[in-house]
Amino acid sequence: MTYFLALETSCDETAAAVFTDGLTVKSSVVASQTDLHARFGGVVPEIASRAHLRNLLPVIDEAVRKAGITLADVGCVAVHNTPGLVGALLVGVTAAKALAVALGVPLVAVNHVAGHIYACRMAAGRDIFPCLGLVVSGGHTALFRCDTALSLNLLGGTRDDAAGEAFDKVAAILGLGFPGGPAVEREAAAGDPKAFAFPRAFASDPRLEFSFSGLKTAVLYACHGQDVRQATPPPPGKKRADLAASFQEAVVDALAVKCRQALEQTGLTRLAVGGGVSANKRLRAKLQAACDRAGAELFIPPMNLCTDNAAMAALAVEKWRVGQFAPPDLDAEPNFIGS
Amino acid sequence: MSSFTLEVSDLAGTEALGRRLGPLLFPGAVVALVGQLGAGKTHFTRAVAEGLGVRTPAAVTSPTFTLIHEYPARLPVYHFDAYRLASAREFLDLGTGEYFHGDGVCLVEWADRFPEALPAERLDVRIEIVDAHRRRFEINSHGSRYDQLVNEWVRTESPSVRT
Repeated sequence: MTYFLALETSCDETAAAVFTDGLTVKSSVVASQTDLHARFGGVVPEIASRAHLRNLLPVIDEAVRKAGITLADVGCVAVHNTPGLVGALLVGVTAAKALAVALGVPLVAVNHVAGHIYACRMAAGRDIFPCLGLVVSGGHTALFRCDTALSLNLLGGTRDDAAGEAFDKVAAILGLGFPGGPAVEREAAAGDPKAFAFPRAFASDPRLEFSFSGLKTAVLYACHGQDVRQATPPPPGKKRADLAASFQEAVVDALAVKCRQALEQTGLTRLAVGGGVSANKRLRAKLQAACDRAGAELFIPPMNLCTDNAAMAALAVEKWRVGQFAPPDLDAEPNFIGS
Repeated sequence: MSSFTLEVSDLAGTEALGRRLGPLLFPGAVVALVGQLGAGKTHFTRAVAEGLGVRTPAAVTSPTFTLIHEYPARLPVYHFDAYRLASAREFLDLGTGEYFHGDGVCLVEWADRFPEALPAERLDVRIEIVDAHRRRFEINSHGSRYDQLVNEWVRTESPSVRT
């Protein structure tokens, strides 16, 4: 059995995980989700590479300790090297390179977005490829044709805002606080999803793209009329709940419609969903309905594998098996490049 | 300081304005974008990138979560977003100082969140929502290179412009 140590520093989260070549997760540590910060005597800052620098070594120590192994047991080091913030990615990449050299073990580079889809494979406990992949988070909203775990072809993405970003910004417009996803979902529970007819961009268009910027503006106007310049969030009540519900329905509809179109266009029979927005219950229900209609199977991992973590880098096992090792001069690649 | 204001009647007007700014920008130029949610900051940035020769302008998307997007073009385009940052320190921690003095063009959305973290010499673009479609642009330059840029830009715009 080979132990993998994986690092994730692509955006806000500093994370490390230990898993085996049999895809058993032995530990998965995410800095913001643990009480590790007590060790540095303060709150863990969420943003910036400096925070990753401060958090990474304790997070690695914790992951190795929780897995019940020592660094000497690690047989392969994996790291997300794309896409993300270059300064943040570099912290993980540099640490992973140093660890691989020091331990004398191979290094594997993993695409963070591909990792989100692979999290479905991890949770399913069986092969899910070929499949359609939907990654829907604060930073990404995109559809992929995944012929194998290692072959990701971008079918289309958002033209402007990511879906998770739209949730956060509409939560701000409605005065619902942060993080916006759960806040809007809670508010929407009491609202009428048909109260406002918000736009579903490209709904009747076969192209597999998303746009949520116009929807955000439509909510702004439905909320304030023409007086958006003196806008203050609406008071709690029926209208606010209706706005939240109608907005959520528009986002979820747009995602479900494009998934159904993509399943039809590609002939794929499985849909794998990753990213923080996949926690939304209305989205899960609509995607299930879309899959039922298209005769496809839906895969959504549990929440701890949806959001950013290092266990999703278990895709590294697939690369390791076929000898796809990273060069010693591996670099961070901020822009998304299909694998 | 040079300045002008200009009203555009729709999104196409915002895009045309951005496309004309692109070619006027120089290595190390910093454009500070200010305007509320839905004003069109990202649309404007996409048009500037198009004016700078970015190959696929459609790939220019909001960096709110990802914080910085980089696009290759005639001059590299660095697209920042300060919306969800909590302090000027966090903004500087992104390495903004290096980007601002680099070889590319920096466009910063929500620049008014941390004015102290912006270079003194820059171009300010404020976008105000007039109604569902109309937007009012207020352009202000800081520094002689930007004064010159605004003077050139204003010559390419419609006669309704005042300087």
